[in-house]
Amino acid sequence: MTTDNNDNTNHPSRRRFLQGGAMAGAGLVAGAGAASAATPDPLITEVQDWASVFGDPVDAAPYGMPIHFEEHVVRHNVEWLTESTASSINFTPIHALEGTITPQGVAFERHHSGAIELSKPDYRLMINGLVDRPLVFTFEDLLRFPRSMTTAFCECAANGGMEWGGAQLEGVQFTQGMIHNMEYTGVMLRDLLEEVGVQPEGKWIYAEGADASSNGRSMPLEKALDDVMVAFFANGEALRKEHGYPVRLVVPGWEGNMWIKWLRRIGVYDQAVESREETSKYTDLMPDGRARKWTWVMDAKSVITSPSPQAPIRHGKGPLVITGLAWSGNGAIDRVDVSLDGGRNWQEARITGDAKPKALTRFHLDIDWDGSELFLQSRAVDDTGYVQPTKQALREIRGLNNVYHNNGIQTWWVKEDGEVENVEIA
Amino acid sequence: MSKSRNSAFAALLATGLSAGLVAGPALAEPLGIGREALPEEIAAWDVAVLPDGQGLREGSGDVETGDELFYEHCASCHGDFAEGLDSWPSLAGGAGSLNDPRPVKTIGSYWPYLSTVYDYVHRSMPFGNAQILTADETYAITAFLLYSNGMVEDDFVLTHENFADITMPNADGFYVDDRPETEYVLFSAEPCFSDCIEGTPEITKRAAELKVTPTDEDGLPAGTLPDIAATADAG
Repeated sequence: MTTDNNDNTNHPSRRRFLQGGAMAGAGLVAGAGAASAATPDPLITEVQDWASVFGDPVDAAPYGMPIHFEEHVVRHNVEWLTESTASSINFTPIHALEGTITPQGVAFERHHSGAIELSKPDYRLMINGLVDRPLVFTFEDLLRFPRSMTTAFCECAANGGMEWGGAQLEGVQFTQGMIHNMEYTGVMLRDLLEEVGVQPEGKWIYAEGADASSNGRSMPLEKALDDVMVAFFANGEALRKEHGYPVRLVVPGWEGNMWIKWLRRIGVYDQAVESREETSKYTDLMPDGRARKWTWVMDAKSVITSPSPQAPIRHGKGPLVITGLAWSGNGAIDRVDVSLDGGRNWQEARITGDAKPKALTRFHLDIDWDGSELFLQSRAVDDTGYVQPTKQALREIRGLNNVYHNNGIQTWWVKEDGEVENVEIA
Repeated sequence: MSKSRNSAFAALLATGLSAGLVAGPALAEPLGIGREALPEEIAAWDVAVLPDGQGLREGSGDVETGDELFYEHCASCHGDFAEGLDSWPSLAGGAGSLNDPRPVKTIGSYWPYLSTVYDYVHRSMPFGNAQILTADETYAITAFLLYSNGMVEDDFVLTHENFADITMPNADGFYVDDRPETEYVLFSAEPCFSDCIEGTPEITKRAAELKVTPTDEDGLPAGTLPDIAATADAG
C-alpha cells in the first residue's frame, strides 16, 4: 500500500505546519534515486531556436491569453443538461488549476437569459421600497462610495446535482466545477442602504438583474447588512461580461443563484417576494414530498482535483502530489482529511496558503504511490466543527431528489494503470 | 441633507460587521450620492408581486383570452395545454407526484404562490422576447394556467381583486431551511480516523459506464490534461 507521510493522525484537532516547505516525508526516499540517461538529451545538447532567435515583441498582445499548449484549460458545457444554452451552465476546469484564485476567463457561467452587454454609461442601480428616499445611482456614483474587499467562492446551488442519483460525469470539472473564487472590490451593500435609509418595516431586500430573466432573489436584511457587497472589480479588473459587468452582488457563503449579476434594483420589503428562483427553483425536495426553502448557505465541501478523471497519473510509481480544494459557507476551513482506501483510514492533509472564511482553500498531501489501486476521498472540516458528510449520509436524510446542495464526499478510483474514475463505493 | 435613523437599523448595522472583511469606514451620514428615483422610474422597474398581492397592477383576464395568448406566445415551447414540449418546462400536470422517484414539479403540483406565476411571466417570458405582455394579458395567461392545472373552470376571470383568493395546491409544501437542527448536529461529531469501515471498497456506481460526459477527440473526458511525456516523444 502507500506510505503514510503524516504520522500524527490520531490527533486531528492538532494543526500541522510543515517546516521550510520541505516534503514532510522521511518515507519518500524509497526508490527515489534519480534515473540515469543512456544518451544525452538533444534538448540540452543542441541549441534550440528559442535560445537563439527572438520571441514575441512586447506589442504583440496588449491583453494576453494563455499559451496555446494550455488550450485544454477552458470552460466546457454539457449539452444534454439544459434545453437552451441561454439558460444553462458551464464548468470551471478545476482539474487543471492550482492555488485558490480562479482565472476569470475560465470561471464558470450560469445564465438564465444569456450574458448581456451592459455598458457603464447605460448602467443604473435603483434602491426603492420601504426606504426614506428611493434613489437612482449611476456607475460613476458607485465609484464614489468607500470601498471594501473580500475574497469569496461563488458555488452554484446545483454544483454536483447530477451526482445525487449516482456517479454520472467523468471529471471534477463536471462534478464540482460550478464554482469560482475571486478577490472582489466594491461597495458594501449596507453603505448603499444607509444612503437610502431603510425604514423599520423593511425586513427583506429583493435584488434583481438587468437581464430578461431578472433572477430576483429575496434576502433577509441581516445578511444584506453583514457581508454582502456590490462589486465591480474581480481579480483586479472589471467583472467580465458573463460575470455581471459592470456590477454584481457578492453574497459570501451563499448559493450562487443569489449573486445577482448586472444588478439593477434593490427593493426593500416587509416580507420575502417568493420569486420563481426561490419557489420553483432553489427549493430542495425532501422524501416526504415537502421541500426546504431558503437553503441559502453552502455547506463545507472539498474535492481532490488531481488525481481525477481528467488528470490521470502518467508518471508511474513514486512521489505523487494529491491536490484539492475545500470550502465552507459557514466559515473558514479548519482541516482537510484525505483517505486512500475509500474512507477506511484517513490522514490530515496540509492547508497550503490561507484558509479564508467563505473562500476556496487549497490542500495538498504528498504520498509515495506504490502503483496499487486507490480509492481517494477528501473530507473537509470547517471552524464550526461541521464535517463534510458522505453522499449516503445526505441521502438518508434528503432522499435522491434534492437537486441542490450536494456536498457529499467524492470518491476517485485510481486504477493500477493510473487512469482515474468517478465512482461510488460501499 | 438628513434622514431619519431608526434604532433597529442601527442595531443591525452594529452587529453586521463580519470578520475577514476589510470594511470601509462606517458612514456616519449619507454622502449625498445618487438622486431621488422618480415615480415613473420606480413603476417601470419595480414590477415584483409578493404572495399577499403587493405589487399587483389593476387589470383582469379570462381563461379563453389566456388560451389564445398562450397559443400565440407560449405553446411553441410549453405545448397547447401547458404540458411542455420536448425538454421545455411542463407548466401543468404532475399532481401528487412529489413523492415519486421522478417527481414532476409544475405550477399546479409544486409552486406555492400564484403571485410568482404572474410576476415571472410578466417579467421574464416569453423566453427570448420578455416584457412584451401587458398587465391584462398576464392576468389572462395566469388564468389559463390555473385552468390547465384543473384549478378553475373555463369561464374564470382573474382580476387584481380576486387574485389573493386563489390558494395553490402546494401552498403548504415548503418549510424554512432546517439544516442546523437536522444535519449540522449530526455532522459535527468528531469523525473516525482509522479502521472506520470493514472490508475492502466495493464499487457500486461508475460514471464511465454511462458515457454521457463530453469527450476530446481521443475519447478521453473533455479537457483531460495532455500527456507531457507522449507529447515530447512525438516532438
